[in-house]
Amino acid sequence: MPAASGVMTQVSWPELAEIVGKEHLRAATAADAIDGVEVQMVAEPGTAEDLARALRWAHAAGLKVSPRGGGTKLGWGNPPAACHLVLSTARLNRVLEHAWADMTVIVEAGCRVADLQKTLAEHGQQLALDPLWPERATIGGILSTNDSGTLRARYGSLRDLIIGTTVALPDGALAKSGGKVVKNVAGYDLAKLFTGALGTLGVMVQAIFRLHPLPRESRGLSFSGTPESLNQLLLAIQASKLTFTGLQLRAAQGSAHLDVRFDGTAAGIQAQVKQIQQIAGLLAASDAPANAWTSHQAIWDGASPALMTKFSVLPAQFAAVCALVERVAGAQSLAWKVVAQGVGAGYARLEGNEPGLRTALLTLRDELVKMGGTLVALACPVAIKRGFDVWGPPSDAQPLMVRVKQRFDPDGTLNPGRFVGGI
Amino acid sequence: MEARILNEFRAIVGASGLITEPEQLSTYECDGLTMFRVLPLAVLLPTSTAQVQAIVRVCHREKIPFVARGSGTGLSGGALPVAKGIVISLTRMDRILEVDLPNQRVVVEPGVINLNVTARVAPDGYFYAPDPSSQVVCSIGGNVAENSGGAHCLKYGFTTTHVLGMEVVLSDGSLVHLGGRTVDRPGYDLPGVFVGSEGTLGIATKVILRIVKKPEVIQVLLAAFNSTNEAGAAVSGIIAAGMLPAAIEMMDNLAIQAAEAAVQANYPNCGGLLLVELDGPAPEVETLMEEVADVCTKCGAWEIHVAQSDAERARVWTGRKAAFAAVGRLAPAYIVQDGVIPRTALPHVMSEIVRLSSEVGLRVANVFHAGDGNLHPLVLYDSGVPGQDKLAETLANDILRLCIKAGGSITGEHGVGEEKKMFMAEMYAEPDLETMQLVRCAFDPENLSNPDKVFPRPRLCGEKPGVYEPHPLEVAGVAQRF
Repeated sequence: MPAASGVMTQVSWPELAEIVGKEHLRAATAADAIDGVEVQMVAEPGTAEDLARALRWAHAAGLKVSPRGGGTKLGWGNPPAACHLVLSTARLNRVLEHAWADMTVIVEAGCRVADLQKTLAEHGQQLALDPLWPERATIGGILSTNDSGTLRARYGSLRDLIIGTTVALPDGALAKSGGKVVKNVAGYDLAKLFTGALGTLGVMVQAIFRLHPLPRESRGLSFSGTPESLNQLLLAIQASKLTFTGLQLRAAQGSAHLDVRFDGTAAGIQAQVKQIQQIAGLLAASDAPANAWTSHQAIWDGASPALMTKFSVLPAQFAAVCALVERVAGAQSLAWKVVAQGVGAGYARLEGNEPGLRTALLTLRDELVKMGGTLVALACPVAIKRGFDVWGPPSDAQPLMVRVKQRFDPDGTLNPGRFVGGI
Repeated sequence: MEARILNEFRAIVGASGLITEPEQLSTYECDGLTMFRVLPLAVLLPTSTAQVQAIVRVCHREKIPFVARGSGTGLSGGALPVAKGIVISLTRMDRILEVDLPNQRVVVEPGVINLNVTARVAPDGYFYAPDPSSQVVCSIGGNVAENSGGAHCLKYGFTTTHVLGMEVVLSDGSLVHLGGRTVDRPGYDLPGVFVGSEGTLGIATKVILRIVKKPEVIQVLLAAFNSTNEAGAAVSGIIAAGMLPAAIEMMDNLAIQAAEAAVQANYPNCGGLLLVELDGPAPEVETLMEEVADVCTKCGAWEIHVAQSDAERARVWTGRKAAFAAVGRLAPAYIVQDGVIPRTALPHVMSEIVRLSSEVGLRVANVFHAGDGNLHPLVLYDSGVPGQDKLAETLANDILRLCIKAGGSITGEHGVGEEKKMFMAEMYAEPDLETMQLVRCAFDPENLSNPDKVFPRPRLCGEKPGVYEPHPLEVAGVAQRF
């Protein structure tokens, strides 16, 4: 029993093996650890009902449980206070119903994003979201972390795409909310509550999404300039009548780019390209490089130790954020990079030495909070995470969030300690 | 109500902010759904967040249930007062507090009228997208409570898409801020839960809205078909072609007649009328409009007309938005329903509605947000004929059951309120409803904020979720389960 997970009395693992099947319960390895917290067992139930039963069993046995999809973002959040059992959704990977004429899909939580998109593309449709690592990330994983990408400029984030969900609760209940129609106000919108809850309220086993058509044609443009001039251009584009589907600012030491993407008919795109050149004035446009629209993913690669943060500000504050990151990184001799989406959310990456990263993180956090924004440390050396809430200072809604958590998971079975304010 | 409590209320809102005379109270006895009426003990009209807090603190201390109310245009009885409770009317909190054009944010008080937000930002080329048909009178606070939609939510989304955050007075009088001006704030998406909670989680006293830039070009096409089934096939064809119109609306012959009589919208007299609105860059709208016309022709449209001017487009929409009220010209009374079905179920559900309607001998006019499958069947009846109101209610309920059976929802935008709460148990299983109640108990454990709405039976929040255990109040014989 690892020390970090506390002392536990006898656990009858064969009972769990009976629920999920002997071959689907295994001892955890070092690779299963979450932020250095060792895990004891990994279970892969084959049905939503089995997953709910396994969760109820673990809850009754007093175990701490972390749900896991593709495991691509397992390090997000604070280190868990304890984790005895990883409940994997790997076998819940089916696309249950693609009602293409209704433009909806029912999918299991363990389905990989790329697999879902492939199925949808057969009918010229898509889940209008381009999250991180789609080949490996699962639907449950992107939902629990509220991941998104460049398409949110036009289609919003997961909260705007999910229309129904089924979740397993620690008491073993399987609860549905929403449904398979895009317009539905019957009852509370629990799908939104679970989106971005980092698996602290229940385990998502199924989701229903509204879909969009794949674009007929697409074209991307890039502008180069200073962060200030590009921030001005970004605001001018947002204030124009252009109907872009991507609007992204990329910046690093000595270079900055603004990428714009138009989807639609050839004639519509051509007209908009002309208009944007008028808006841009002296800033010349070139075709966006092929990898521009995956730069939110590419920014995760690089030298270590590194600090990956997600910031959120008002769109008019991007240039100030770039200046801040440059100043803070410079003071600690760190390399830096920023990739931000026009709606206001972005990633900032710093690379260099651990003490420098720690100092930079504290300064960035303080300054962004002063600006009215937020800064979450998504990935960094575990030593930096310890004694630091990666989510930031709690808001006045924190007591309410704690009460929500207590209602759904009164014994703190799910992902204890990993969410805001130690939830 | 005891004089000491009334005095306390008067001290908070002043004499002009407190209504206790029965004849004045009767203004508040119902909302847009007039078949349910309850006289509240008092109506309070606060002018500030601090006043709302002070009122709610008194309610909390005295265990007086309260119902927040905006303009009272709701169609499901969500703002119906509760007996022995008070109504908190937010109409005097009607200031637009902040307009931030570069970041496309507007901060308003809950009593601000929906259309006034657009009016304020329109000179700069922006609009507030949710456009319920009542938008000239309904309030943002009410929109937040109901998660209001409108004709254009097919493309632009609902109230929840356009609300980034809110200041809320919880049922114990405490003040919390959910969400904020920036997106993806850490923590649970409580704004997502609060929007559409029908006043059961607290009272919003400030709302942060997102505004949208007006499109370059807007065009609306009218297509006349012999039947709603043909029109429905055209809707599927448009969607299948990969288009996302700003709106697709459908009206049947009875609804067309009503709209014509009321506002002379110049609709063709046909069995199924489709309104398709496209917006975006001019060359794109032009191309796609031709495709829409093609699809309609192939599906049997015998008249296709694209509105040629802003004035004509406005008239087309006036007809649609006036349809509910216009139906009042066809019958002395009507019930409007708000069921949703998957688009592909439309032909089946329509023929079932026709069958049910002829079985009971009552007419049903149909107005749909066809793009998203939101039906608004209007069951016409004469309350002067004994028993007809019951027949109408039964028919309306049967239509809702059709929607549930088709895999849809009992409400797309009007809310559950008082009217449809018993249907929640038909649409959802017990664990689903129990789970929703967990949210309610976290926000309002004493069930004071708009109690007895939305759910078929209120949860006693002392209960442990899961296995049934009798509540102490039940044991004491003070409360009973139904």
